[in-house]
Amino acid sequence: MAFVSSGYNPAVPMENRITDIGPRHFEEFYPPVIKANKGKWLYHEIIEPGVLVHVAESGDEVYTVRCGGARLMSGTLIREICDIADKHCDGYLRFTTRNNIEFMVDSKDKVEALKADLKDRKFAGGSFKFPIGGTGAGISNIVHTQGWIHCHTPATDGSGTVKATMDEMFTDFQDMRLPAKLRIAMACCLNMCGAVHCSDIAILGYHRKPPMIDHEYLDKQCEIPLAIASCPTAAIKPAKHELPDGTKVNSLAINNERCMYCGNCYTMCPSLPISDTEGDGIVLMVGGKISNRINPPKFSKVVVAFIENEMPRWPTMTQTIRRMVEAYASDARKYERVGDWAERIGWERFFEKCELEFTHHLIDDFRDHAYYTWRQSTQFKF
Amino acid sequence: MAKHETPLLDQLESGPWPSFVSDMKLEAEVRAKNEAGIEFQIPVDVVDDLMGVLELSYVHGRTHWKHGGIVGVFGYGGGVIGRYCDQPEMFPGVAHFHTVRVAQPAGKYYKADYLRQLMDIWQMRGSGMTNMHGSTGDIIFLGTRTEQLEEIFYELTHNLNTDLGGSGSNLRTPADCIGSSRCEFSCYDTNALCHFLTNLYQDELHRPAFPYKFKFKFDGCPNGCVASIARSDMSFIGTWKDDIRIDQEAVQAYIGGEIAPNGGAFKGRDWGAFDIQKEVIDLCPTECMWMEGKELKIDNKECNRCMHCINAMPRALRVGQDTGLSILVGAKAPILDGQQMGSLLAPFVEVNPEDDYAAVTEVIESIWDWWMEEGKNRERLGELIRRAGFQKMLEVTGIKADARHVSEPRCNPYIFWKEDEVPGGWERDVKEYRKHHKR
Repeated sequence: MAFVSSGYNPAVPMENRITDIGPRHFEEFYPPVIKANKGKWLYHEIIEPGVLVHVAESGDEVYTVRCGGARLMSGTLIREICDIADKHCDGYLRFTTRNNIEFMVDSKDKVEALKADLKDRKFAGGSFKFPIGGTGAGISNIVHTQGWIHCHTPATDGSGTVKATMDEMFTDFQDMRLPAKLRIAMACCLNMCGAVHCSDIAILGYHRKPPMIDHEYLDKQCEIPLAIASCPTAAIKPAKHELPDGTKVNSLAINNERCMYCGNCYTMCPSLPISDTEGDGIVLMVGGKISNRINPPKFSKVVVAFIENEMPRWPTMTQTIRRMVEAYASDARKYERVGDWAERIGWERFFEKCELEFTHHLIDDFRDHAYYTWRQSTQFKF
Repeated sequence: MAKHETPLLDQLESGPWPSFVSDMKLEAEVRAKNEAGIEFQIPVDVVDDLMGVLELSYVHGRTHWKHGGIVGVFGYGGGVIGRYCDQPEMFPGVAHFHTVRVAQPAGKYYKADYLRQLMDIWQMRGSGMTNMHGSTGDIIFLGTRTEQLEEIFYELTHNLNTDLGGSGSNLRTPADCIGSSRCEFSCYDTNALCHFLTNLYQDELHRPAFPYKFKFKFDGCPNGCVASIARSDMSFIGTWKDDIRIDQEAVQAYIGGEIAPNGGAFKGRDWGAFDIQKEVIDLCPTECMWMEGKELKIDNKECNRCMHCINAMPRALRVGQDTGLSILVGAKAPILDGQQMGSLLAPFVEVNPEDDYAAVTEVIESIWDWWMEEGKNRERLGELIRRAGFQKMLEVTGIKADARHVSEPRCNPYIFWKEDEVPGGWERDVKEYRKHHKR
């Protein structure tokens, strides 16, 4: 493995440095039919799950085939995507905001060959490389995070929970049988990178034990006031600590009764590790959405306070998600998102229909807002 | 022969959904064989060790990445997320495993040759593993060593005319929906505005100068395909001021069952024949639609532009032609004081590329002037607005308070007045008061 220079000279690092050029211009990558008809689209239609057509004022059409992607993908797979784009789409392609892959062709007679090619491609283990779907009233890709692949603060894994869930819900990726689109998101800790706080169903990694304190190193590794200020419930205060050898060090004290294990202090201070095999697991949330269609956007709400991490396939979690999706599919009205449905029938009925246990953990107790989530009414269902 | 046994991960190779494990094994194998004769600049078995450390995390139920990591390239304060394995002897291939955020083109359109050039750099100088894409929008190069960072940056900028994305307390990489490039609902060119502002604010993106992170996202309409209202500090959502365009013939075609509602999004189930009364008119949130004989009528003055009728009948109903965007501010995830969605700040702003979007940049820069001065350390804009009050934000942006700014007026009477709004001001003499009110 011999070092190969790019041309960068470490002796004069600022020489020939190019900065602030930003991304490449999008127009370089528009397929000709997109460039020609931009801003002049008249309507669209979903021909079948995963296949769209857009029709322009000029009469031009663009057919889009949408495929699932694992988001975490190799250069080798990206090269295969490029080969497909070269073969069928003059080298053009795009990715969606849910990390699906879209191949576009400019006439209907090119669609079948593209679809047939995509359907045939599988990994050695048997899974589809490019399953077609993700359109209309179904379940599209899961917006997710790094998990144990790359992050230091997760309480669960991203890629694994997502693969397990998409396998369980796969037929709904390739179908459009639901009352409305159903968005699933996943975040491996409550920093909630991504869309957990605003999705129909959300998988959230969660801790259940206060952090450990590495007193010997804390004052060397951490800016103590930052760790104190990082706590939403003010559970952290500065404290002197005596090490076993009698040395007194500046450190922190955590009031375990006030800690709800958010892990934000560990984000700020490496001496407060929090992850734990039995303590960590999954919270499930439901009922969020971001579109303004009919009703304003909604936050997702916590409906399952804890499911343990069950590697590698998280069966309790996927079965609970399945139960919620089926209850929603059979009971909700056309165009109703999960949150619209739950609010119409009442949350007491939601828990009954989804066969979920309601526990005290689900009652809000964070600051003033909590009061507004209790029921100031005699209106309830038995 | 795989370097590490991965019995748990192997179970994620079955099932129909694309398996990230199979894909990693594919990359590990391609690197081991190296048929392309690549002079790998980081360990050949980096992907094997990535699978090894992930398998160990599946055994322990805990992450095996050390806390934090501060690496980067000269001239910039962000763009690279440093990461080190906490078992470097066991998994030397991922002892360093830094992520490089690469600026993606607006709309995430690509040409194959460009992606191949990116992979030529990445498979040689990094792990070959990526995220396509990070939640904020960046192309994510997942895993390389510190000494390769400048080399990668040099090649990206010199050979591919491509920059890094953002990280840290700065403007992060902006992202957009597909916009008018392939959507008839889009009220402005999201790709163009996203690209323009990304370039205009390159300094704010590459060199952290803010109290905390700040994100832009651009949605072409209220459907929110890039989720700007939930996932950006400043959310730009397309809208229109005039009437929804109605093609009455197409309305009849929907009623007659010739066109499937909602572009055919519900084809997977038999919901019965399309019923315009039940599915559109009765679901309109403002009840501003009705049929008059064979004509569909809309009282546009009462329409709140939720998109439902247009979504349901895209061939019959089109957005208006007097278009612009709304700006909403303050969205964030829960840490620290709870999650927020964007709150409406500017109901209608002109989108004019001719004057470099002056109406948009004026709002952005007045918000930054305020937050950069007043925001506390690691305080998102949404939290500053809650701390200082929505009124303060209106004041700094010069936007007049309007009933559109609230979903309801306050119900507590703890109302602040400015001293100059009250006749006589606040300086009062208690002796004067006592002349009329004995103690």
